[in-house]
Amino acid sequence: MNWNYIVRRVSLFLVVVWAAASVNFFVPRLGTGRDPIREKLGQLAASGGLRQDGIEAMVKAYQAKFGLDRPLYEQYWNFLADTVRLDLGYSLANYPARVGDLIGNAMPWTIGLMVISVLIGFAIGTLMGALSAWPGSPRWVRGMAVPLMTMSAIPPYLLGLIVLYILGLKLKLFPLSGGYSPGMLAIASVDYYIDVVHHSILPALAIVLQAVGFWALGMRGMMVTTSGEDYIALAEANGLRNRTIFLRFGLRNAMLPQFTALGLSLANVVAGQVIVEVIFAYPGIGTVLFQAIQASDYTVINGVVLILIMAIGLVTMIMDFLYPLLDPRISHRSGT
Amino acid sequence: MRRFDQVVYYLRESPMLGAGTLLILFIVLFGTLGPVFVDTDMAQPLSTTPRMAPSWEHPFGTDDAGRDLLAVMVVGVPLTMRVGLLAGAVGLGFGIFLGFTSGYLGGTFDTVVRGFVDTLLTVPGLVVLISIASTIREEISVNIMAMVVASLAWMWPTRVIRAQVLTMRERAYVQMAKLNGMSDTEIIWKELFPNLLPYLAALFANAVNWAILSSIGLEALGLGPQNDPTIGMTIYWAITFSALIRGMWWWWAIPIFFIGLVFVGLLLISAGLDELANPKQRKAV
Repeated sequence: MNWNYIVRRVSLFLVVVWAAASVNFFVPRLGTGRDPIREKLGQLAASGGLRQDGIEAMVKAYQAKFGLDRPLYEQYWNFLADTVRLDLGYSLANYPARVGDLIGNAMPWTIGLMVISVLIGFAIGTLMGALSAWPGSPRWVRGMAVPLMTMSAIPPYLLGLIVLYILGLKLKLFPLSGGYSPGMLAIASVDYYIDVVHHSILPALAIVLQAVGFWALGMRGMMVTTSGEDYIALAEANGLRNRTIFLRFGLRNAMLPQFTALGLSLANVVAGQVIVEVIFAYPGIGTVLFQAIQASDYTVINGVVLILIMAIGLVTMIMDFLYPLLDPRISHRSGT
Repeated sequence: MRRFDQVVYYLRESPMLGAGTLLILFIVLFGTLGPVFVDTDMAQPLSTTPRMAPSWEHPFGTDDAGRDLLAVMVVGVPLTMRVGLLAGAVGLGFGIFLGFTSGYLGGTFDTVVRGFVDTLLTVPGLVVLISIASTIREEISVNIMAMVVASLAWMWPTRVIRAQVLTMRERAYVQMAKLNGMSDTEIIWKELFPNLLPYLAALFANAVNWAILSSIGLEALGLGPQNDPTIGMTIYWAITFSALIRGMWWWWAIPIFFIGLVFVGLLLISAGLDELANPKQRKAV
């Protein structure tokens, strides 16, 4: 890996973040010419019996406070400066709350749920996909390809509704919603962690089920090609055990593209999880986003969108840097 | 007639393609013939008794607002398909145009297109769509929904087509056509395009799948056409009114069943077409 590549890759990341921030700034302003401050004051006036004649002055005062009376390029510049400092402003719906705090509180929930379910789904899916394409597998394992394919085709939030109904509502094995039991003190204790894990099993299962299908499908394709390679035939001719051939020669070689796909799939995983969280009322970033959409809380919507784009861009970039370690055939030299 | 024979041959050659086509055909027939047997007015709120479990009178039950779910599906399934087909077609259309021109012509145009596509592909699509859809929320109709989704449906086709064109451009028959004095446009349309047809069909199935997936994702968050009973909006209403906890399983299970059919059908079609376009994979089945 050389500096040239690192600089190029980091600048690509910065361009993505800048573009996302700019879209966030301009799209609402290009739109229908709505004025959130006037709307909010109008609502307050309607509900609180405020007299209408003061509103113009108040709109002016708020616009000055938020800098909305300045020219557009100046607003844009301030907005970019705030974004760089990760200052996402105030929530419109829950005014004193800052967008950064709302997201910050939700982030650990989302990251925890996602990392665990993605890893489990990736491991099980890769193994099952490999087994389902391996000529030495039992018949029923090879027959798994069809249900795996079906699972990969259905979005995780729909699988979530099904597992929620069967395991949560009918068999009453798991709680139906939330991140922890109401009334539970959110402090670090064994009881609390058990409760959190108990609540996260169903949403995780929804994501895992779909992920298993997705990874199995990709792995299956690779394994079919690999199992036809000459070195597999050679290993067989050498009399190696089936198990050794499968693990050392088949799985290991077929797996590399799976790692590449792991980085690329991340964006889709996040999108799926956002909706899974809504269904399970899980206290992560998806639920924050859903509530913001319901309340037309634009600063929160834009903040979540920006943070998600940044986070995924960052992780994709780190994975790009790690590939040469996983696969010696990939190198980031300038010549190649 | 030769075309027809070819289609029959393909369907027999690839069981996946055949099964997928049957599933999608069933969905299409359900949407087109449904209105003959089912009174579509019952898809409107307050048209029948609310909260009824499936029975002879209402085979799929009714929801909270007094909609008959069979009628909702007869109206909603084609609407969802329309979003997918429209967005998929627009996405593929842009993809064909950009992919062929940038792959064939190369140069600065190619560099710009490639950079743009690679950058956009690292951005989570649904998240961007959420940002767009929430700003124009009140104006969303089925067609606008399709255009919103289409705005991000063109990158993947562009990338894949461009890569294919890059390898085809160097083949002997293209060089031959050039020597014969064919223009670039002619080569693209008469030499390259026909060769990529099965590939493009697989891409189209993929693009439609992606578009439906995204539109249902947006709708499940409430960012869909508020007055049209698409599959995603039905799921949204079921979630919003806690159909699950209230035991009204039919309200969410039926849209999931239909969307499952659509997704599996499209996946089978694109996998089957891939196999035909790419004989190396044929052993996979």
